[in-house]
Amino acid sequence: MIMRFAKNLARATVLVALLTPLAAPAAAGGAKLQKAPVDLNDLVSLQRGVHVFVNYCLNCHSASHMRYNRLRDLGLSDDQIRDNLIFTGVKVGEPMNVALSTREAGELFNIPTPDISVITRSRGSEAGSGSDWLYSYFHSFYRDSVRPTGWNNLVYENSSMPHVLWQFSGQQQVKVQEFGSHSDATAALQQAKSMARVDEISVKDKDGKEVKRWVMKTIQPGTAGTMTPLEYDRMIADLVNYMTYMAEPARLERTQIGIYVLLLLGILFVFALLLKKEYWKDVK
Amino acid sequence: MAAAEKPPVTITGAGPLSGVLSCVLTWIDQRFPLVSSWKEHLAEYYAPKNFNFWYYFGSLALLVLVMQIVTGIFLTMHYKPDAAQAFASVEYIMRDVWGGWIIRYMHSTGASMFFLVVYLHMFRGLLYGSYRKPRELVWIVGMLIFLCLMAEAFFGYLLPWGQMSYWGAQVIVNLFDAIPLIGPTLAVWIRGDYVVSDATLNRFFAFHVIAIPLALLGLVAAHILALHEVGSNNPDGIEIKNKKDAAGRPLDGIPFHPYYTVKDTLGAVVFLMVFAIGVFFVPEMGGYFLEYNNFIPADPLRTPTHIAPLWYFTPYYSILRATTETFMWALSAGVIGMVALIVLSVGNNLVRLASAAAGAVLLVAFYVLEPKVWGVVLMGVAVMIFIPLPWLDLSPVKSIRYKGPIFKSALTVFVISFVVLGYLGTQPVTDTGTLISQVCTALYFLFFLLMPWYTTLDKCKPEPERVT
Amino acid sequence: MSDQEVNKGKRCFLVAATSVVGGVAAGVAAVPFVGSMLPSERAKAAGGPVEVDISTLAPGEKATVDWRGQPVWVVRRTKDMLETVPKLDSVVSDPKSERKKDELTPKYARNEYRSIKPEYLVVVGICTHLGCVPVGKFKAGPEPFDSKWEGGFYCPCHGSLFDLAGRVYKNMPAPDNLKIPPHKYLSDGKILIGVATEEA
Repeated sequence: MIMRFAKNLARATVLVALLTPLAAPAAAGGAKLQKAPVDLNDLVSLQRGVHVFVNYCLNCHSASHMRYNRLRDLGLSDDQIRDNLIFTGVKVGEPMNVALSTREAGELFNIPTPDISVITRSRGSEAGSGSDWLYSYFHSFYRDSVRPTGWNNLVYENSSMPHVLWQFSGQQQVKVQEFGSHSDATAALQQAKSMARVDEISVKDKDGKEVKRWVMKTIQPGTAGTMTPLEYDRMIADLVNYMTYMAEPARLERTQIGIYVLLLLGILFVFALLLKKEYWKDVK
Repeated sequence: MAAAEKPPVTITGAGPLSGVLSCVLTWIDQRFPLVSSWKEHLAEYYAPKNFNFWYYFGSLALLVLVMQIVTGIFLTMHYKPDAAQAFASVEYIMRDVWGGWIIRYMHSTGASMFFLVVYLHMFRGLLYGSYRKPRELVWIVGMLIFLCLMAEAFFGYLLPWGQMSYWGAQVIVNLFDAIPLIGPTLAVWIRGDYVVSDATLNRFFAFHVIAIPLALLGLVAAHILALHEVGSNNPDGIEIKNKKDAAGRPLDGIPFHPYYTVKDTLGAVVFLMVFAIGVFFVPEMGGYFLEYNNFIPADPLRTPTHIAPLWYFTPYYSILRATTETFMWALSAGVIGMVALIVLSVGNNLVRLASAAAGAVLLVAFYVLEPKVWGVVLMGVAVMIFIPLPWLDLSPVKSIRYKGPIFKSALTVFVISFVVLGYLGTQPVTDTGTLISQVCTALYFLFFLLMPWYTTLDKCKPEPERVT
Repeated sequence: MSDQEVNKGKRCFLVAATSVVGGVAAGVAAVPFVGSMLPSERAKAAGGPVEVDISTLAPGEKATVDWRGQPVWVVRRTKDMLETVPKLDSVVSDPKSERKKDELTPKYARNEYRSIKPEYLVVVGICTHLGCVPVGKFKAGPEPFDSKWEGGFYCPCHGSLFDLAGRVYKNMPAPDNLKIPPHKYLSDGKILIGVATEEA
């Protein structure tokens, strides 16, 4: 019976696998995401990351679900947290709220700045994890004089957020290329050495007919920043590492506890199996 | 049986406690049907001895129900059913409540496990004809449980007040809006407001925490009582009560306790290992158990680009989306085909007339009401259509083991359609996707609608006398 | 049924062994549930120590602060108020605060005036009877509840009386002296309620 069901399931899976490309939306716009080097066991990286976070992000964003004293997880003492990371004078047990009110943010940036406590959990997709998204995001800012902030971003188009860390990375530019076919554009995207995205557009050809074209935007270096690209990348890696931790602080202990739980259940399984076999000797 | 006539309860094997225990249990048994219940439902409930893998899922469903209730109670200690506080209260549970994250993940993983277990439990019914006489009522109560479960999951999903929670609820409540005449008023009544809001959140909380769990507990009790009244089915689909020994015990039966208590314990441990992998290693399951978008607080002014229900609703969501204007033509053809089939094969003139009339009414209604309405109707019917199975399956045998090739093919096609519909429901709408959904929707319904005919025509094998 | 002899001993052992391991697993599973009912980080943060500025407190005045949801009083006692305390040694039920001293009177308050500095009484304003908040009646003089009232606290709920060191009078519904909370002086003008003075 299990065999038959397994066969059915196998057939269904094959069918689905064959049909998937047909059902998938053709030429979805989107950036190619880079894998974020997340390592939640690297406490030093996390400490560097929270330093960046508190200095550059908490001015506008809040992380109201994260308490300062939770940073003990990173090996910091309450005094170290208070002395190095709390600029608003709140007690160490308080959450990381922001001085900027929602109304002020709305006036400054047109939309209220979102709370970013769990942002890396909210940006996951088939293209990559939320951490990958955020890591790519910080590498994808480019100068755009059309936007009110003067900045645009390949990963999050028309983002209202300016490139806060521009002094470290320098000001990047964007190069635009047009392709006549989706496969050409996809191939170019795969081969791109820096952050890139492909979008489908409709243009009118010489006869006035609407045709589809694919546009690839790639990040190009512009002016230099105070950090080398490697240093900037390290800073972003640390920041994203910290934000991945902040989105789910329990993740550090979750997998460790899971192993012990499985071991305990494994022992219980052995006894339950022996017990079942012993009683079922009676049957036929 | 009067208290004085009942024999005293004697416990052995508990060492020094045996005497005290026997005393206490005798006292209770004289005032409460303790021993008779124990015998009727456990120690002397004779279940077929050939239960296989598919028979674990009933007890597992009960285990998951208990786990959801216990984790739910502890979550309710910290959760705030207020639109301004709900999202933050869930993060509070995840971070500030000691052990809170374990309880939350158990509840979210448990919800998906519940549906996985229940779908496999229902599939067992399809395989072995567990819905056939005399177990029709077990099946009907079971379907009511399934409906309650769907409602429970729907109400529960609004509670975290994320983007997906909010917009999923908005979309589904708007379906009620599509009902002609009473729709808009009904939708406002359900929501308690003109859009999903704090009022909606509070009442969904009440439904999720107490109303439906109470109903579920009652229905599960009824489900088990109805089953025990007639006895369990088995993979061969034959009635073990037909062959009894001198003492009146089924020859192919074994007492549920200790044999199945011990076997189900083993099944539970294996299940808990799978469950633990989910809870501790992949609680998000790539966005299938915890959707990414739900980590953004609900924003009534911004709809996410891609609203998808949780995986267990996706087959029905596909059916809803598949019902487009072009599909109405296919439906109409289907109705005409069914009426023709009934008229040609059923001898009873009343039935012929009734079906022709019903067909005519439907065709008019297809034309008058928008496809949007029919999408909702079809989605509802897709769930309810399981209910009349006991009367649609006219096969002389119960179990797939002895049914012919037509039924086996039909079931295979049904399973594939269900899985494909489920997958497509997680994806955004495309032309090809819609076409495939429509084909699978048709196949889904035809499995049930054509069953009286193909089960009659099928070449079945002879059932054995004794279980194998 | 099989013809084999049922090995009762083995079955007994396996049932017992499985039950024991199962019991352990159930116990382990219960830990997060029971633990979740302990005070959360939010409760602990809200229960954090509170600073009181006493530099502006006038003699004879009482300041009230909220610590862990409880009212804590700081009373600046005058010389006259302090003199009433030894006078009432025979009137109060536990003059040396010996009963439940670990709970009610920390080491640095085990003295005549039940405080670190005699001038300032720091005490939890909750009657040790059933939890009402007593009223401060610092002026000496005949009162309806005591014709020879020297000054102290009067609880309106059931009439318990406490002196200006928070000691309960004899024969009162309240059994114990008012609790002295953990506290320390951050400076002459600031007291931190919630953190005990370190041992010298």
